Amino acid sequence: MKGAHWRSVFLASYLVFALLPIYWMVNMSFRTNEDILSSFSFFPKHFTWANYAVIFTDPAWYSGYINSLIYVAINMVISVTVALPAAYAFSRYRFLGDRHVFFWLLTNRMTPPAIFLLPFFQLYSTVGLMDTHLAVALAHLVFNVPLAVWILEGFMSGIPREIDETAYIDGYTFPRFFLMIFLPLIKAGIGVTAFFCFMFSWVELLLARTLTSVDAKPIVATMTRTVSASGMDWALLAAAGVLTIVPGAIVIWFVRHYIAKGFAMGRV
Amino acid sequence: MIKPVNQKAWWLVLPVVVCVAFSAILPLMTVVNYSVQDIISPERRVFVGTEWFVSVLRDEELHSAMVRQLIYSFAVLAVEVPLGIALALAMPTAGWRASATLVLVALSLLIPWNVVGTIWQIFGRSDIGLLGAALQAIGLEYSYTGNPTHAWLTVLAMDVWHWTPLVALLCYAGLRAIPEAFYQAAQIDGASRLAVFRYIQMPKLRGVLMIAVLLRFMDSFMIYTEPFVLTGGGPGNATTFLSQYLTQKAVGQFDLGPAAAFSLIYFLIILLFCFVLYNWMQRVGTHSTSTTATIAGEKGAV
Repeated sequence: MKGAHWRSVFLASYLVFALLPIYWMVNMSFRTNEDILSSFSFFPKHFTWANYAVIFTDPAWYSGYINSLIYVAINMVISVTVALPAAYAFSRYRFLGDRHVFFWLLTNRMTPPAIFLLPFFQLYSTVGLMDTHLAVALAHLVFNVPLAVWILEGFMSGIPREIDETAYIDGYTFPRFFLMIFLPLIKAGIGVTAFFCFMFSWVELLLARTLTSVDAKPIVATMTRTVSASGMDWALLAAAGVLTIVPGAIVIWFVRHYIAKGFAMGRV
Repeated sequence: MIKPVNQKAWWLVLPVVVCVAFSAILPLMTVVNYSVQDIISPERRVFVGTEWFVSVLRDEELHSAMVRQLIYSFAVLAVEVPLGIALALAMPTAGWRASATLVLVALSLLIPWNVVGTIWQIFGRSDIGLLGAALQAIGLEYSYTGNPTHAWLTVLAMDVWHWTPLVALLCYAGLRAIPEAFYQAAQIDGASRLAVFRYIQMPKLRGVLMIAVLLRFMDSFMIYTEPFVLTGGGPGNATTFLSQYLTQKAVGQFDLGPAAAFSLIYFLIILLFCFVLYNWMQRVGTHSTSTTATIAGEKGAV
């Protein structure tokens, strides 16, 4: 088939484009700074694990990963849980101010985060949450909850309403219908939503850095240590960058079935 | 499709409103508060009314940053949305290939933004970076630090590399949510590949495409970290986008009042554009959905 042929050529060339910068980062992570800055090389000539050794032996580095994972997980669970019923309401019913609330949610993503810093600092100091994982998790709800509601609403609106009606006629209560029939139908949407919540919370730097100091310091903040008076530690940053990809790759590996699985029209 | 009115649906929405309002209302009020005051020190503040708004709106540098920003954001949309849709259509649908492609495509999203800038800084250098060296090898005098056009294109390429997967993943999941029956019906009718795309896949993608377009628009409009790390806004001010200009104002000159006024104006501009995009996409989308719904309905009935 000619079409299928072009399709794989296109896909392959995109993947090359997508992976080359990442390959360059991996390449850098196995070299020393002098080596990186002095010569062009496709492969690490003086292969070294030293950069990774620094990260795995220094608690300041590896605790960064643990802290990030904790608040990202809390955030992801809260975001998806509160967004599911709300997205259902938006996709199925009209109610007072529905379109305004729906759009208002998204406006919370439109404010430059720099401007949130000072008010957030004051707010979380007042309620005594500074330097806790919960503070960052709650702060990240501002951009993740609206995102989750919007994505889920998109998927839910794609499901015909006849499915709901049939289920209610069959005597299902709302919670049972929602958990047993509806959620399995939008698995793909939930998978994507969970991944995006993970991703946006994982890479966010400004808020996470402002709301933490020691106990909950995230990896993205630790990374800024590689810039010092003596210059940039390129190799160490590259190694840390490679390691930041790993948890997310694992997450997408786990949700891949939900994303790739087709729509099961079983009941209709 | 008309939705029934049900005020009780508010109970389902309430948790979301509480979560977001907790962190959103107070900061916004603070910003509004700053924007009408001259803050000389935390104890000495003078009410200045709309003075900051007027001076910000008259700022010539702001106007040029705004034009650069608009061109950049629309360029981002023009490249990433079609590319993302094409990618979603090209990705395998089942088996280990689908899993592998999904993971590989998503990788660039997972790199912290400051690292993205740093990697491209090396990647684009013509002496030690692959991209720079490759462009040099085919005879281009490429330099993202010296040539404004090259810098701009490099920032755009970096954004395309970084964010196209977002559009692709959303569309891919959207495509997977289309019932098999729709394709079978189209096959029976002998619909062409193009017709399937136009009348089945596009309308079903409307919801996810809307969020993809809005997300890419607002995030590219607020882009800060990556160009800042890569080019520092230069050469000249070729890649100084709005948020960098704002940050220079707020942090560099420590003018909280004007910075707050600026960010309110900034916010209103993003809001305006998103609102227009949203309504436009909704209108276009609803029109084609209704035609498809009838076609699909007839096919479903058969």
